[in-house]
Amino acid sequence: MSKGTIRNFLIGDAQADRMVPPSGFTARLTLFVSGAMAFLTVFALALSLASGRLADRWADELARSATLRISAPSGQLAAQTKVALTILEQTPGVASARALSVEEQAALLAPWFGLDLPLDDLPIPQLIEIIAADPGYDVRGLTLRLSTEVPGAVLDDHTRWREPLVAAANSLRRLGWISIGLLGGAMAAMITLAAQSSLAANAQVIEVLRLVGARDRYIAGAFVRRFTIRALIGAAVGVVIGMAGVLLMPAASDEGGFLTGLGFQGWGWLLPLLIPTLGGVVAFIATWLAARSTLRELA
Amino acid sequence: MIELDNVGYSYGGGELLSDVSVRLAPGSFHFLTGPSGSGKTTLMKLCYGALLPTSGTVRAFDADMRTRDRDEMAMMRRRIGVVHQDCRFLDHLPLADNIALPLMVSGHDMGQENANLRELMNWVGLSDRADALPPELSGGERQRAALARALIMSPDVVLADEPTGNVDWEMSQRLLQLLLELNRMGKAVLIASHDLGLIRAAKAHVQARVLRISNRQLHLAGADL
Repeated sequence: MSKGTIRNFLIGDAQADRMVPPSGFTARLTLFVSGAMAFLTVFALALSLASGRLADRWADELARSATLRISAPSGQLAAQTKVALTILEQTPGVASARALSVEEQAALLAPWFGLDLPLDDLPIPQLIEIIAADPGYDVRGLTLRLSTEVPGAVLDDHTRWREPLVAAANSLRRLGWISIGLLGGAMAAMITLAAQSSLAANAQVIEVLRLVGARDRYIAGAFVRRFTIRALIGAAVGVVIGMAGVLLMPAASDEGGFLTGLGFQGWGWLLPLLIPTLGGVVAFIATWLAARSTLRELA
Repeated sequence: MIELDNVGYSYGGGELLSDVSVRLAPGSFHFLTGPSGSGKTTLMKLCYGALLPTSGTVRAFDADMRTRDRDEMAMMRRRIGVVHQDCRFLDHLPLADNIALPLMVSGHDMGQENANLRELMNWVGLSDRADALPPELSGGERQRAALARALIMSPDVVLADEPTGNVDWEMSQRLLQLLLELNRMGKAVLIASHDLGLIRAAKAHVQARVLRISNRQLHLAGADL
């Protein structure tokens, strides 16, 4: 469809629009359905984008970092840590390795034991943070070497809990997209029903128009334009309300966890603006098909 | 312009018309009579493609009705003015718009056609009812409006089903005058009517042929009518 055709379609033939009597009920129904669907689509979209970001971030950050834990009698701890750091520095694929300071370890434990804990008196294992280079290091090789030279070391490359988290985030993203597809399908179905009931209610009008020589395209156009414009307006209102809802959600923060990250970032804010257009396209196709099949049954 | 050749029409179980052959040539004037339920309206519908014959062929403007697609059927109907027995208006539009309906649906510029519309409404005596809605009109007014709508496109063929059933003698003469005028311009006219007075009045002005349906067949009625 060329630009001119679309413009003509939207501006429409004011005369053709008057041929179909105004129908308050189906009009409000279509507005409501497309508004509600657009509103829900905004949230499904926000969920998909946020869980996509989450999956990418977890997969990326956790894959690149690992933790080496060294548990040893307090006398040997410093020596073992030094050996471990040396080994790590020699290992290809390790970008950096750093022993956490006493203060950092205290901060990690504070949520469980409080700030006043006298860490010096406790046999706290030493943690070493490893950041992998690209390409990364050989996990099996490193584990083997550490087990012989640093008996108290345990390497945790986070795979164990990274994989289910990333899988969960990915399936959340997939669910979001499936929801958007279902919302579109449900909207198409409801607009088809509304259009069909409107066509059936106006069977007399259609018959008269056919008898005075109106072509199917003219008659269908009057209905299609009406439903498309209603869907566009309804969806636009739904998107505005939905986006306001997303905007009012608390910003992403460490305290709120991943839930507060539910929203749009950067160019993602432009995506919901496509919803009314898509809603209009869905309404256009649904009404066009309904009108075509109804008209075929008339003389 | 419209030719029926050995046309039969059956519905459900019974045969309503059989072996009907008639030709509506340019400039011809036909009356169609027959008892109620004999198939006058059905014959009319066969002529403008609202019904397709169950046997035989109907040709209009040199094309078989059966071979026309829906758009071609619409284009054909713009050349045939039909006055329906039950008038059929769009009840939510004022009378002037209803009469102009064929112009609107065929994409005419209404600004240019306004004078034409006013003149026609004046002729059928409905000028002061232009803004009335169809349900507010009397039976006679509806029939006059239906005739005006049938004529607004200046069609090649006029098919009128009982166009004077609800109007007084004076108005029926006026409507007949209009149809005779159109006939003189070369349009084919077919009027289904019971009104013998109307038929006699027409015969005084034009070489009208009277067709009569009886026993499912179409007969040419005698000159004594």
